[in-house]
Amino acid sequence: MISIPLSWYLVVAAGLFCIGLYGVLSRRNAINVLMSIELMLNAVNINLVAFWRYGMLAGLSGMVFAIFVITLAAAEAAIGLALIIAIYRSRDTVIVEEVDMLKW
Amino acid sequence: MFNLIWLIPVFPLLAFALIILVTRDDKRLSTYLAWGGIGLSWVISWGVVVQAAFASEHLGEHPYQLPLFTIPTGSSGLTMGFMVDPLTAAMLFMVPFVCLMIFIYSKGYMGLDTPQVDPRYSRFFAYISLFACGMLGLVLSDNLLTLFIFWEVMGLCSYLLIGFWFEKKYADPNRITPKQAGLKAFLTTRVGDVIMLLGLLYLYVQTGSLTFPEIFSEHSLEGLAHATVTLPLLGTMPVATAIALLIFGGAVGKSAQFPLHVWLPDAMEGPTPVSALIHAATMVSAGVYLVARCFPLFSAVEHGPQLVVVAIIGTFTAFMASTIAIAQDDIKRVLAYSTISQLGYMFAALGIGGYVAAVFHLLTHAFFKALLFLGSGSVIHGVEHGHHAVAHHGHGHDAHGTHHDDHAEEMQAEFDANDMKNMGGLRHKMPRTFVAFMAGTLALAGIIPFAGFWSKDEILAHAWEEATLVWVFLTLGAFLTAFYMGRQIFLVFFGRARTEAAEHAHESPGSMTWPLLILAFFAVVLGFIGTPWAHVLHKFIGHAYPEGHFQPIVAAISLSLAALGLLLGYFVYGRRPLAQGQPDPLEATLGPVWTVLRNKYYVDELYQATIIRFAVWLSQVFYKFDDLWFVDPIVDGVGKLGRELSLFLRRAIDDPIVDGAVNGVGQLADWGGRYLRLIQTGRMQEYLLFGMTVLLMLLGLYLYL
Amino acid sequence: MLYIVFIIASLVTLGAAFVVVTGKNLFHNALFMILSFMGVATLYVLLEAEFLAVMQVLIYVGAIAILIIFAIMLSRYLMAPGQIQRNAQWWIAAIVAGAFFLVLAFMLLRISWPTEVSELPGDVIALLGQSFMGTYVLPFEVASVILLVALVGSIIIARER
Repeated sequence: MISIPLSWYLVVAAGLFCIGLYGVLSRRNAINVLMSIELMLNAVNINLVAFWRYGMLAGLSGMVFAIFVITLAAAEAAIGLALIIAIYRSRDTVIVEEVDMLKW
Repeated sequence: MFNLIWLIPVFPLLAFALIILVTRDDKRLSTYLAWGGIGLSWVISWGVVVQAAFASEHLGEHPYQLPLFTIPTGSSGLTMGFMVDPLTAAMLFMVPFVCLMIFIYSKGYMGLDTPQVDPRYSRFFAYISLFACGMLGLVLSDNLLTLFIFWEVMGLCSYLLIGFWFEKKYADPNRITPKQAGLKAFLTTRVGDVIMLLGLLYLYVQTGSLTFPEIFSEHSLEGLAHATVTLPLLGTMPVATAIALLIFGGAVGKSAQFPLHVWLPDAMEGPTPVSALIHAATMVSAGVYLVARCFPLFSAVEHGPQLVVVAIIGTFTAFMASTIAIAQDDIKRVLAYSTISQLGYMFAALGIGGYVAAVFHLLTHAFFKALLFLGSGSVIHGVEHGHHAVAHHGHGHDAHGTHHDDHAEEMQAEFDANDMKNMGGLRHKMPRTFVAFMAGTLALAGIIPFAGFWSKDEILAHAWEEATLVWVFLTLGAFLTAFYMGRQIFLVFFGRARTEAAEHAHESPGSMTWPLLILAFFAVVLGFIGTPWAHVLHKFIGHAYPEGHFQPIVAAISLSLAALGLLLGYFVYGRRPLAQGQPDPLEATLGPVWTVLRNKYYVDELYQATIIRFAVWLSQVFYKFDDLWFVDPIVDGVGKLGRELSLFLRRAIDDPIVDGAVNGVGQLADWGGRYLRLIQTGRMQEYLLFGMTVLLMLLGLYLYL
Repeated sequence: MLYIVFIIASLVTLGAAFVVVTGKNLFHNALFMILSFMGVATLYVLLEAEFLAVMQVLIYVGAIAILIIFAIMLSRYLMAPGQIQRNAQWWIAAIVAGAFFLVLAFMLLRISWPTEVSELPGDVIALLGQSFMGTYVLPFEVASVILLVALVGSIIIARER
């Protein structure tokens, strides 16, 4: 059967990644940034699965890797939100720009 | 004893060094050091004389030589040292002894045990010790170079000693101060010295040596006599003549002959022992010694002009000086002109070939002239003491208090203790001085059997034989000599005291009168070494020269003229002794001639108007050239240029470039930090953006390559 | 047929993602994120990784997205309406992201990828289980520890003082 060329999947993943990148770089609300990070992780997953499917990765390693990524994304989302709550409590803001204690 | 001759100048030199460096503050020790130095020299010298007396024939042909050091000149060397030949021995008899007498006299004159002791007492003794070293070194030298060196040492000491009281100032601006007199002496003798140096150099070039045995060898003299040199104004003459005349130039300066005689009378501003030492006995006779020593050179050319020149200058000076002496009032100036005149006699003697006569007169003159100077010093000393006594106690004695005070001040202001007009009748107050002075006068006037008669008569005998014109003038000079000495005797010692100071004068201490008496003894007996019947001196030094013949006519004429002169002095000044304030009777007689004589033929004024003015003008020109217009502006200009250049470089290079670079680095760091700091905003998104941008660029680079 | 599905799924994913990153309302952004996740799941299905697609929906949509929505809704720190959502550097970020995409795309399209799909092993899930207990046991255990840590950590970080 005719399959979709690998490169299409990769381009889609790249596009998703870049959109997520744009979000990370330009959104002011911290939760928005977190959502954009989730998008980037999804793009990575697409890449992994696509490569696995088209025979570039041995055995089941592609899918296993993708499962691990999902797991870690979940953990990271939890921790991230906890952090946002903690920062909100002490700084009274969720705007990323205003959290600039590392400023000179 | 001969091998010790190098010690003779060394002892006074050591005394000089020790006094200057060590014993300056201890006057008594300085005195004894000086006496010790000259005393030791005297002992060794007389030992040398005795030894030489027993070997005189050989000594003349083969003098004893003591080489001391060698100056390397190219491949060979110039060996310098001391030597003893009969002439040296004769000088060694006279010089240290007379110096010793004067040294002893100086202790009393400079007032060691009195409250008026001179504050620079030690320095005086140091200077006269150095001078003694110079004179002794001069007579002992075996070559013209060290002779010249010691010659100059004596010139230096003369300057230092004439100007010893350099702070003395006079109210009368025409009166020469000691400082000026010292300078005048030095500069005038300098003229002679330069001429002499030229002679030395020429001699060295011609013969390649300066040692006496070498330059007076037959071979050398022949060469000099035959080689000729052509000078612009003087024509062609043998080299020997030229050298001889140049060397004579030095003698003219040092021995105060015309035209360089002007310094000697003014040198009387120095202390009297200085006058005795330098300007009677030793330094001025160095010129005569020089010509005597170089006599082979002078007589190398037969009938050459050099001896004629010597004789002419000598005779002229002898006559001229004796005419000036009769019109002087200062006791020391009379003696100074007398010295010039007697030196003229010596040169005249040399000029006509009377070598032995000249040396004989040199020796006798040293003794009696030193005696006369020391005697005059004693007189001046006594009169000054009398003046002090009057000035300090005078106004206490008189009933009219204020009147006497003014008088005392007037006296103190410008009382000249040297002026014979202020003396009179001193033979009662100062008997020992009077006796010694009489002896000296008789010797100088040439009265038999005193020393001066024998020596002067020998010169006159030579002149009678060789050159009658010379004899005429010398004899006239002898007459005038006797006259001015008689004048001096009668003005000073006879009659009544003309001033209060002379009234209160008293005899000088023993340290001053004993040397006088000892010298007087020699003034009497020294002549006997040269009597025509037993001419010891001629055997000693003159076997190369023909013996003079005794001319009874000459002796008779000179003796009678001498007696006549003394008698005339008695008639004018002795029979009716001069009262205070009375003018000199000779003044009325001679009229305008008197004025000319008194002003020394205006020679000083002539020099002032011509040479000195020219020299001063020249120095002004050089001053302008050097300091004002040329050299100093150039130097200053270079200095300013350097400064401007450095300022410019600083502004152009140092500040902008170097400092700019250094500061720029700092600025760069500062600026970099200031702006790079702003990157750290603390915002995570901006950091991430930076990272992504760089990653993008790297990717792009990867793709491109 | 496949292509159409693919294209639709891609467009949905990308479009929803676009809204997520440019939307003004935070809650709407979260919902669109869910939509984007669904699109990704569809892509997984197209790639014959069904298990993974289900996992995606379960975990991402069911857990993570809900968590985010809870966080948004349980807190009252929605930003005031009318406030700007994008920060000052958005245009550089757009340029960079765009350039990044272009570079990646250019790179990807140049390379010749294998076009054959590989053979799927028969029983994917069984094999998956076996490999989790076999080859990948260590990462498995580590992942569980991470989850534990995340659990405990988030409670500690976010608890009330």
